[in-house]
Amino acid sequence: MPIYFDHAATTATRPEVLEKMLPLLGDGYGNPSSVYALARTAKKALEQARDQVAAAINATPQEIFFTGSGTESDNWAVIATAEQLSARGKHIITSNVEHHAVLHTCKYLEKRGYEVTYIPINSDGLISAADVEKAIRPDTILISIMAANNEIGTLQPIDEIGAIAKSHKIAFHTDAVQAVGHVPIDVKAQNIDMLSLSGHKFYGPKGVGALFVRKGIAIKSFIHGGAQERGRRAGTENVAGIVGMAEALALAVSEMLEEAARQSAIRDRIIDEVLATVPKSRLNGSRDKRLPNNVNISFDYIEGESLLLLLDMKGIYASSGSACTSGSLDPSHVLLAIGLPHEKAHGSLRITLGRDNADSDVDTLMKELPSIVQRLRDMSPLTGQ
Amino acid sequence: MLYSDKVMDHFMNPRNVGEISDASGVGLVGNAKCGDIMKMFLKISDNGVVEDAKFKTFGCGAAVATSSMATEMVKGKSVGDVMSITNKTVMEALDGLPAVKVHCSCLAEEALHAALWDYSKKSNVAIDGLKEPVSDIGEHDLTMV
Repeated sequence: MPIYFDHAATTATRPEVLEKMLPLLGDGYGNPSSVYALARTAKKALEQARDQVAAAINATPQEIFFTGSGTESDNWAVIATAEQLSARGKHIITSNVEHHAVLHTCKYLEKRGYEVTYIPINSDGLISAADVEKAIRPDTILISIMAANNEIGTLQPIDEIGAIAKSHKIAFHTDAVQAVGHVPIDVKAQNIDMLSLSGHKFYGPKGVGALFVRKGIAIKSFIHGGAQERGRRAGTENVAGIVGMAEALALAVSEMLEEAARQSAIRDRIIDEVLATVPKSRLNGSRDKRLPNNVNISFDYIEGESLLLLLDMKGIYASSGSACTSGSLDPSHVLLAIGLPHEKAHGSLRITLGRDNADSDVDTLMKELPSIVQRLRDMSPLTGQ
Repeated sequence: MLYSDKVMDHFMNPRNVGEISDASGVGLVGNAKCGDIMKMFLKISDNGVVEDAKFKTFGCGAAVATSSMATEMVKGKSVGDVMSITNKTVMEALDGLPAVKVHCSCLAEEALHAALWDYSKKSNVAIDGLKEPVSDIGEHDLTMV
């Protein structure tokens, strides 16, 4: 059996989730917007799912809007808020390590007359809440800072940023796609106004996400053409997907403490053993303030795609921040942002753990990884320089 | 990323990895920024035939495979014939590369030319059609992509 170490990319839909979904793709296929019994069943499943998602983040069901992905949720939150509040100001604060769903959306808005401040992270991959506060201007209308980074797993101080946003009466959005279902999220306690989440990051299906919008925050419709999602997001609901996501989230939250502790122990073992075994390796991102399932290590003198291909040959599936794996010529913007030179950013390995990983997977990794790194170093003209 | 079987073969079992201590010419091209650096070593006989070729590469699967294939292709060839090896012929020999990886094949051609240029200068041999390599560490010409 191959070892899957890429849970930040996507996760397998849990069997108990699939079981909830299948009837809605079969006999229970009704359109929730219709009036007869078949439709009412679908509508009921949809609203139960809304309750489940709301409960998972301490929101109310009326504050949950289902979308097609975490990316759509991010686009919607940022663009709709910017348009809604443009009379008040056109300044947005974000960070330089957001997912491209937020970063490219900000670039889009910059071309349309908005100004964006990108707060830099420190070498540990952390944003300073004080830097966010310093960047606030009279015309600031939105702060969008991710809860957890998708590449290096660092947990940003969203509690502090939420409190700052509240005291300055500025809307606060967080891309929590990597955090929800993995670390506790409480939109009330953390003063979050808008939050993006995605079903397939916590063992739900792909193609479904949600945006939480706090009651009292006016948000314009993003997809037009129907009354679904209280007129805010038109289009017939992906009922099976939504139900699957909600079930997966409820399960993830109920198992969170136990799973986080278990995965953190495996994570720490990988970090300790790799750093001790492989010379010239370094951990990217804060050791303490990171997701329970994230390991991101750079190896000097080697390139990430080669590393992934050789790991793949040994049945180990992982990811890298190298340019070659992104389809562009530039390595990860996150690794460059924490101050890695280009060649080290190219030589990164991301391992993201999940429910299916066990200690024996670390044994296999440690059996293969050191010799693979050495093999590539023996081939590299940079080795020893 | 879909690589051909030939690319995977040359990546998994690269030919001619290493250095030649008494190389007639050495070429170093690429740029850490885009993630590929190739060092090519050529041993050329007095009558202008490539007797041995070796490489060291920092880069992706395609970079390693093109280095491996290029060194295979030059062995036994005259310097003039080496000049006819281009990124296209290396790529064809590998049964093609994904579009985003074509620049790796350019790097192999550049590495060969850089090694020939070094040889040409050291040995005072003029090579028809050879130009001073434009590409070196830090100034890899990405317009070839």
